[in-house]
Amino acid sequence: MDRLVELQPLFWQSTLETLYIVGITLAFGGVGGLVIGVALYVTRRGGILANAPVSVGLNLLVNFFRPIPFVIFIGAVQPLARLVVGIGIGNKAIIFALSLAAAFGISRIVEQNLVGVDPGVVEAARAMGAGRPRIIFGVLIPEALGPLVLGYTFVFVALVDMSAIAGVIGGGGLGNFALVYGYRQFNPAVTWGAVVAIVVIVQVAQFAGNLLARKVLRR
Amino acid sequence: MAIIELDNVSKVFPRAHRGAAPVSAVEDVTLHVEEGQIAGVIGYSGAGKSTLVRLVNGLEKTTSGTVTVAGTTITGLPERRLRQVRLGIGMIFQQFNLLSSRTVWGNIAYPLQIAKVPKAKHRERISELLHFVGLADKAHSYPDQLSGGQKQRVGIARALATSPKVLLADEATSALDPETTRDVLRLLKKVNAELGVTTVVITHEMEVVRTIADRVVVMERGRVVEDGSAFDVFAHPQHATTKRFVGTLVADVPTGAALESLRANHTGRLVTLSFRDDSLPQSEAFAELIAGGIGFELVHGGMEDVQGRSFGNLTLALRGRDSAIDLALIRLRAKVPTTEVG
Repeated sequence: MDRLVELQPLFWQSTLETLYIVGITLAFGGVGGLVIGVALYVTRRGGILANAPVSVGLNLLVNFFRPIPFVIFIGAVQPLARLVVGIGIGNKAIIFALSLAAAFGISRIVEQNLVGVDPGVVEAARAMGAGRPRIIFGVLIPEALGPLVLGYTFVFVALVDMSAIAGVIGGGGLGNFALVYGYRQFNPAVTWGAVVAIVVIVQVAQFAGNLLARKVLRR
Repeated sequence: MAIIELDNVSKVFPRAHRGAAPVSAVEDVTLHVEEGQIAGVIGYSGAGKSTLVRLVNGLEKTTSGTVTVAGTTITGLPERRLRQVRLGIGMIFQQFNLLSSRTVWGNIAYPLQIAKVPKAKHRERISELLHFVGLADKAHSYPDQLSGGQKQRVGIARALATSPKVLLADEATSALDPETTRDVLRLLKKVNAELGVTTVVITHEMEVVRTIADRVVVMERGRVVEDGSAFDVFAHPQHATTKRFVGTLVADVPTGAALESLRANHTGRLVTLSFRDDSLPQSEAFAELIAGGIGFELVHGGMEDVQGRSFGNLTLALRGRDSAIDLALIRLRAKVPTTEVG
């Protein structure tokens, strides 16, 4: 316990780092996932931009990346990280890897939620003369917004979990803090300090997500 | 002048999966709907009527034949131009298809946004439409707070927002109870009468057709099997399918089980008089029977009213001397179609 008090500045810094990594990732991965998810949905058979080759290609791509365990994924995309963000280690590299993995994961959540939108509403929009962008942004996304908010909340929690292994390539955050100062130094109090912080973050995020979803769904 | 012209139109859907046969939903249909008309297209499910109506606004592309709406041939039109045409064709649906994320107001604003109507003009147009459909107090409600009839009224207001010349109603009352159905049909009639909107109503309910259609088109297996004025189709149905539909509303000459039951319950000779508005009035027919000293009793059938003209099949049980009845029937047959059923 004393050790945890001693490490307090580092603890707070790690908490901020986790929030930073997850926040940036949710922004990049969220937008990427939305784009891929919408593309998956509209190119399906019978979709408003039905295109079998694109649909098959996207599905292969998503299915290729999704099953890779994240701890391996980080190493695998390191060369790509160097190319895109200029560095293969540290928080930048972890945000890159996490965003990429999140985009593919989120795309499935987006696709699922769009499939849930009543096709009749899309048909009505077409009958009124709406173009595709207007259908996507004016009908599909607003109609699926409630479940989408819950989906993104779910992803936020998953990202907090995934970000814990950032230490593998020299990233920071609460996971790294718990491993380096708690687990490896045989100090359960420090480990549990990180656990409590993570639980608090997750609880707050889920509460906020539920609140927002309820507001969007009006129930 | 015909505002909707379908000429030799066919629609074949490609097979849904390996091994399945392609589905021919509409086959060689030629149909011209006159401006200002309310045309009722009736058929059993799978007859192709929903596909037919979607060919009119290009939601489905024709396999062959041409579709022309208000002078614009829409067959082969690129999607961009088609969207422009659709602004002039309103459509309402069985399940209403309102945007659940928008209020009533927002739903009606949607087509105005598509049509790029300046925002300053939205308020006036939307409140005008809300008054027209009788929902002025529901402007800020969400669709899930409305009843089925109210939702369809919103659907109608939304379909009318861009002042279309044509309104397509795809089973618009099929999800509503009889009372609400009447209200919505009355509103559709008002749309037609006050705004001059040509309306195509798709339905499987003969009651809907009788209430509002000027013209009846009967479809079966993708083809039009009968087409005529509502009165003619009701009074003189030709095709077997039409007769079955008309039979759901109008008692025909009794046959089969109905006839058996009449025979069992009534004595005398059973005769069906088929009154049409060009035949002998009922009063004169009855006077004829009375003059012959024949007792009669109405045992089956009734009179119907379509487009303000009445017709019906009345089955009477006649009692009296056979010779007197024979004589009376000869005289009646000359003036009104008469069938002796037993």
